[in-house]
Formats: sequence, structure tokens, C-alpha cells
Amino acid sequence: MNRFLLPLVAVLIIIPIFILGLQSDPSELPSQYIGKPAPEFSLPTLADPAKTFSNEDLKGQVSLVNIWATWCGGCRTEHPFLMELARSNTIPIYAINWRDNRPAALSFLEQLGNAYVASGFDEDGRVGIDWGAYGAPETFLINEEGTVVYRFTGPLNRTLWEQEFVPRIAELKK
Amino acid sequence: MMARIIAALAFMTLSTSALAIDSEQAFDDPELQARYEKLVAEVRCVTCQNQNIKDSNAFIASDLRREIRRMIGEGKSNEEIKSFLVTRYGDFVLYRPRFEGKTLALWIAPFLLVLFGGFALVRVVRHRMTLPIEDGPDANGDIR
Amino acid sequence: MIPEIGQFALILALILAVCQGVLPLIGAHRNDAALMSVARTATFGQLFFVAISFACLTIAFLNDDFSVLYVANHSQLALPTPYKVSAVWSAHEGSLLMWILILAGWTAAVAKFSSGVPDRLIARVIGVLGLLSVGFLLFALLTSNPFDRLVPAAMDGADLNPLLQDPGLAIHPPLLYIGYVGFSVAFAFAIAAMISGDLDQNWARWTRPWTVVAWAFLTMGIALGSWWAYYELGWGGWWFWDPVENASFMPWLMGTALIHSLAVTERRGLFKSWTLLLAISAFSLSLLGTFLVRSGIIVSVHAFATDPTRGFFILAFLAIVVIGALVLYAWRAPGLDSAAGFSALSRETFLLLNNVLLVVATTLVLLGTLAPLIVEMLNGGKISIGPPWFEIAFLIPMIPLVLLLGVGMHTAWRQQNVGPWMKLLKFPAIAALLIGVILPLLFYGRVSLMLIVGCFAAAWIVITSLIQPVRSWRRKEGATAITRSALGMSIAHLGMGLFVIGVTIVSAFGVESDRAMRVGETLDVAGLEFELRDVRQVQGPNFTAIEGVVEIRRDGEFVANVRPQKRQYLVQKNWMTEAGIHPTWNKDLFVALGDQLGDGAWSVRIQYKPMIRFIWIGAFVMALGGFIAISGRRSRRTDK
Repeated sequence: MNRFLLPLVAVLIIIPIFILGLQSDPSELPSQYIGKPAPEFSLPTLADPAKTFSNEDLKGQVSLVNIWATWCGGCRTEHPFLMELARSNTIPIYAINWRDNRPAALSFLEQLGNAYVASGFDEDGRVGIDWGAYGAPETFLINEEGTVVYRFTGPLNRTLWEQEFVPRIAELKK
Repeated sequence: MMARIIAALAFMTLSTSALAIDSEQAFDDPELQARYEKLVAEVRCVTCQNQNIKDSNAFIASDLRREIRRMIGEGKSNEEIKSFLVTRYGDFVLYRPRFEGKTLALWIAPFLLVLFGGFALVRVVRHRMTLPIEDGPDANGDIR
Repeated sequence: MIPEIGQFALILALILAVCQGVLPLIGAHRNDAALMSVARTATFGQLFFVAISFACLTIAFLNDDFSVLYVANHSQLALPTPYKVSAVWSAHEGSLLMWILILAGWTAAVAKFSSGVPDRLIARVIGVLGLLSVGFLLFALLTSNPFDRLVPAAMDGADLNPLLQDPGLAIHPPLLYIGYVGFSVAFAFAIAAMISGDLDQNWARWTRPWTVVAWAFLTMGIALGSWWAYYELGWGGWWFWDPVENASFMPWLMGTALIHSLAVTERRGLFKSWTLLLAISAFSLSLLGTFLVRSGIIVSVHAFATDPTRGFFILAFLAIVVIGALVLYAWRAPGLDSAAGFSALSRETFLLLNNVLLVVATTLVLLGTLAPLIVEMLNGGKISIGPPWFEIAFLIPMIPLVLLLGVGMHTAWRQQNVGPWMKLLKFPAIAALLIGVILPLLFYGRVSLMLIVGCFAAAWIVITSLIQPVRSWRRKEGATAITRSALGMSIAHLGMGLFVIGVTIVSAFGVESDRAMRVGETLDVAGLEFELRDVRQVQGPNFTAIEGVVEIRRDGEFVANVRPQKRQYLVQKNWMTEAGIHPTWNKDLFVALGDQLGDGAWSVRIQYKPMIRFIWIGAFVMALGGFIAISGRRSRRTDK
């Protein structure tokens, strides 16, 4: 009798796994840097190639790093919300302009407003890869020591901001 | 001109069916080229719907191919290249699961299962050898 | 109006399916002939209404009725008419309707062609099939209605995915579904047997033809899918161990085991619980496949775009069906033991080994497919399992199976004497070994261990498969000819041998070359010259394309012209590669056009694929063997 129950037992184990699986997004990739220091980088800024934007700039405060580009539709959608965030002085937003064209990027920021304290210009995409980026827009929450606390993939809006970022920032500020 | 290329790239990130081919020349050393081609077939494109970076034309796939090519040129070993990728994207990026940790069981499984099956088979056959072979006329004729 | 008729017909079909599912089962329980006879009537009625529904959806496509959401999402005014028809089953809702139609079709076939089978058994079989139909019809009507309206109607549709604008879409899904759904018949026979408690050699004899036909269609469906991916996706691969591909392959492996297990049950009344479990597994894996593809739980280029709500419904249905069947199995299987024996060297032993190895292979494929999901749910992060693992893992049970295939065929039932057996197989073994070593050396210039094993296995299977047919052909006056069953078996195994040749040779000797080429340049690949003569713009009915003209020569002699294209479809704007392929019986020359690089150069991928056609030819020969094997069944007496 025992061995004839085995297939049934196997199925009863697998089904809850499927139920769990249905509730998660299969295309979402968790960041490898959660709890680790942000990857080292040093990029010329978008506005002024002579200036640099690097890890050093991220130390000393809680900040966001937003990976964006002009070829990314979602970045266009989320930028107004980033402008709101920037204007309300909630948190400094830095950016990595990923695999983009300088004039087009500058024109984008002119049109929609510049929400960023500084934008690093990552022309060949290597820094994007170093950050484990797999699709723009992505937004990283960085703490005062420069450690990555959280990564959000996709366009941000107020609801998602309040759901995902606000509680985590509150934790950091304790 | 650049804008058009970028636009084309953007469209191509949506499509998984246009072909991904390197724009750079192959390695002169056929061994290096073979290593490159093998690696590139085993690395997963992180934005695609289950494709390796060899066949995908998403720009991130070509960026990763470029990085791998650079690292091979710099003399890095396959292990180092894989570590580079895993540090950034996790084990997800390798189509060949690692030989340690949680995926070790996967590599042992085929042998274990065949062994187990073999034992079960021997037990059953031994049992059947003790039973009478002649059990009356068949319901059907010879099917040879 | 027509979509409303289609939806209404579907509702009527559901009502009839409920009757078909419930009444005959009650009738069989009470031995009530009137209730049992509802089975046939309800079946034909359900088929009638499902067919009307399907016809209505097809008409909506042909009429460009963009007030129907499904039509608007998957068609376009400029879409060529044949593709408007195949677009009907190109996505989730329509292909589900096709599934329902095929299930109704199979049930009707069972109702029509079972004159020799006891009424109670047939009533139960049709009843179970009816319950399955109810499940799918509910799924369609409640979550995936193809007749949902789009208000206001669109002016033009979003176009069929360019990848699907190909004859492959017309044939591959129907064949595949006929196979998948066909295993529900064996499943229903298994459930019926477990309900009644009667599982004997007659039961196996009645179940086998249905199983073999379903298996043959599934074989063709998978082979077509592989071929289609090869020429359509542009990278020259024919199998990627993608979850959706695995979802079709696992039922096939179990179906193969089932056919062989049924042979033993039919012949000697043995392996009954094996056969039951295999029948349950084959169909359960079909359902699992449906779940994986339509729930959004895995990422695959083959997956239907759909949402988790539907996923929960299918999962619930899958759970009910499989758990129900396995509970019955745990209840009935222990009592099925028979006291028949066989010696160590016997066909029974080989078929048992066959079952074991196929189950191991299926388990490994299932493991590889589900492991990323399992690891993720256990908080182990995301991993990927791809061809590098599958190819190795799958070969481990398959190599012994393929080698023993030739032996098992020629081993007698019950007890085989070693002497005559060795005598028969000695020469083929030596011949196969010689071929295994000489063939690759002679035609391709080198050998390796894997090559020798592969070529030996292929030659071994081909030679041993031909022994019986050739003997029959050369038989003396008055000797018995080979039966259809045995001939079918030989041909099916021969197909397997051809398949192994194809896989071995193309894996070992295929050459791939990615290079930048300018117009007028020539590249040497595998001893042939490929010259890019021209690159130009061309126009198609609903796309524009950049077409390359490549001339292929051997030693200066013209071989062929191929025209690889990069197409951009007007509506979806995706870029698509159409490879230029020159096929011959023993090789394919495959050219694909990539991106334009600076300086007038183009990326070109050239591939040399020796013996690749044998992969699909082998599969079709296998299917042919299946059809031949059951073609002689009429000559059997049917006794109740």
C-alpha cells in the first residue's frame, strides 16, 4: 500500500509550490547587491563631462540611484513622479544614464525637468552591467554607508513609492 | 543617425526573433574563439524570454558578449568570467547550474535515479523469476 | 450576431457535457442501460455545438470582425487569408477552444468505434471524458471567452505575431493537441478500470489503439514544432529544453512507456499497476503542460501571454483531476498483482527496463523544468537550468535505453534461450560497431567516444529493426508473414534509429560561423563558398524586408542561391529573421542575415547542418510505425 501512495504524496507537495509560484513575477530578477556595498563606479556627469559622479557622492546620506535612458518608455512615464519627489526634497536622486546619447538625454531632461542631483553618463553600458541592470528604469535605495538596501524595477509612481520605499526609508532613519 | 540606431535598438529589445550576431571579428586563436562561443551559448540573456546571449539581439546581450570577449582577451579564465556575471546577476545568468550548493543535487540526480531504478528492477525480476511462467493460453495471438 | 451564436453554442455544449459526464457514470454504477446510452448521444451533441462555436470564431476572423476582442488582438486587415484562419488558434482563448473541440472529437471517435467494448466500460470512459470537457468548457466560459466584445470596435487589428505568420502555425498546434488530448482517452480508460476494479488483458487490448494514435500525433506535433523553430527563429537550433518544449516532451516519454507497458498487460496480464500509473501520468503531464504554458508561471518565448487568475483555475482543475486519479490508484493498484512469472532473460524484463528508464528520463526533465521554481519558492534565489544540464542528464538514462532497444525487440516472451539469441544478434552487433567507427571517419574525417556510441547506437537500432521485416519479405512459401503490429513496431524503432543518426551527426559535425560580410565578399564554411551577392529592399503583403542574396558554391561549381531576410511587419514593427535554407537529404545549408554594421558590412550567420533532416524524418517514421501497428487491429476478434 505504501509505495502506491508515493505519486499522490509527490503531487501534494508540488501543488503548494505552484500556488506560491503563481503569486510571484517570473520575469523579476532580485538584485545581487541587497545588503552589499553598491558597485564601485566613476562616471563623467551628463551635464559636464569634466565632472565625475562616483560612489563617494553616495556616502553620507540616504539616496536613490535611478537608471534611465531616452530609449526607455517607462522612464518617460516615471519622470514626472521623480520630479515631484525631487521638488519635495524628500531624498536626493542620483542617476545613471544608461547606454544613451548625450544630446538626446540632455534634451529629455530639459523637456521633463531634471530630477537628479547628478547624472552619470554610462555610454558603453559597463556600469549598468556592474549594477546588474537588466531593464530600465530601475531605482536603487542606498543607505548612508553606500550599501544597497533595495532595488525596484519598473516605472515608479506614488502608490509604489509609498508601498515599497517609504517603509524602508523609515527603517533606515531609525 | 545615432538616434535612428538607438531607436532600432529599442525596437529590437522588444523582439526576440531578429538575429544576434557579433559585429566584431572572431578571435584569431581558434581555441579562444571556441571558448567564447561555448561560453556565450551558456549565458542567459537577462531581459529575454529564455534565450542565451548568443542568439539574442537585445542590446544587453550584445553588451554581455562584448564584456566576455574583453575578458577572454585579457586572459581571464572561464571561472573568473562566470564569477563576474554571477556577482552582478546571480546564478540566474548561467544556464549550466553550478556544481555546488543547492544545485549539486541536480547533477547527482540522474545517476541516483538510474541506480534506484536499477535496484527496483532487479528486485521485481528476482520475484518474477520465482513465479510460474506458464499461465495458460494468451488472450491474443502472437504479436511478434 | 455570429459571436453570440458561438458563445451560446458553447454554453449548450457545456450543458451536454454535464449530461455526458454525469449520467453515464451513474448508469454504469446502476447497470442502467438507458442512462448509459446517454453517453453516445450527449457526445455527438457536444461535438456538434463545439464545432459550431469554433466555426463562429473562424468566421469572425474571416470577416475581420474587430468588435471581437480576440480577433482585434490577433488579426489585421492585411493579414493573408490562410493566416486569418490559423490565427484562430494562435493565442490562449482560441487554442483553448480548439482543445475543447479536439477533446469532443476524440470522445466522439471513442463513442463511434467501440462496438466490441462492454457498455459499462464505454459508459465510464465517455463519462470521464465528459467531466474533463466540463472542466475545460467552464475554464473557457468563465475566464477565457474568445467571444468577448471590444467596445468600441477597432478599425484594424493588432496583427498576428509575425513569428506565427507561417504554415507551421496551421499544422503544429492541431497535431500537438490531437496528441495531448488523445492521452485523455487512455486516462479515461484507466479511471474506468479503477472504478470498476476490472483491469484485464481485454482492457489493455481496447486501450492500446487509442494510445498509439494519440502518441503518433504527438510525435508529429513535436517534430513539426522542432522543425518550425529551426527555420523560423533564425538561429539554427532545433531543441532548447525550454519549459514549454519540455511540457510537450514529458507526455510523449510517458506515452511511449505506456504503449510498451500496455503490450505487456495485453500479452501476459502483467504490469497492470505500471500501466495505470503511466496512463494517469501521460495525461497529467499534458495538463501540467497546459498549466505551465497558460498560467504565466514560467518565462518562455512559447508561453501564451495570460494572467495568474487563469493560472489558478487550471491549477485547481489539474489538482482535482490528478489527485482524484491518484487516490483511485492508491486504492485499486495493490489488488492488481498477478501471479505470472518470467525469467531474467525475457521480453518482460526488457520492457520493464524500458519503463524504468523512460520514467527516469521523464523525472529528470520534470526536475530540470521545475527546479528553478522550487528553488525560488524555497528562498534559494533564482537559478537557470538550460541545455548544458538537460543534455547530459537526459543522455544518462537514454544511452542504455537506446542500446538495449535493439536487443529487447528480439527477446522472446517469458523465457529466451541464450544460444539462439546471441546467434541472432552477434552479426548485427559487429556490423553496427564497424559502421559506428567507420562512418564518421569516412564521411567527416574524425571520431570520438560519443560519436562512436551515437553512430553505433543508430546503426544498431536500424539493423535490428530491419531483421524481422526483411525475414518476412524473404520468407519461404507458406511461412507466416510479419503481422501489422510487428511491422509497425519495426518501423517505429527504425524511425528512432534515423532520429539518433540525425542528432549524433549534426551535434558532432555541425559548423556555425558568424562573420561580417560586405556585398561581393565570399566566406568559406565547411568546404563550401558563400558569396553575399546583393542586399536589397523587398516588399511583402504586410511587411517590408531587407533581403540578402547569397550564392553557394562548391569548388567553384554553383550549388544554390538562398535569400535570407530581415522582415519588419507593418503593425507590430518587430524585426524578424527569415533564414535562407538550402535543404538536401543529407545536409542543410543555413544562412541568416543579422544587423547592418558600419561601412556597408552585414552580420551574417552561416551554418552547415549535416543530417539534420533525419531528426524530423526519423520522428515521422516513428509516427508512421505507430499507425501501421494499429492498422491490423481489425483482423483481431473482439470479445467481450
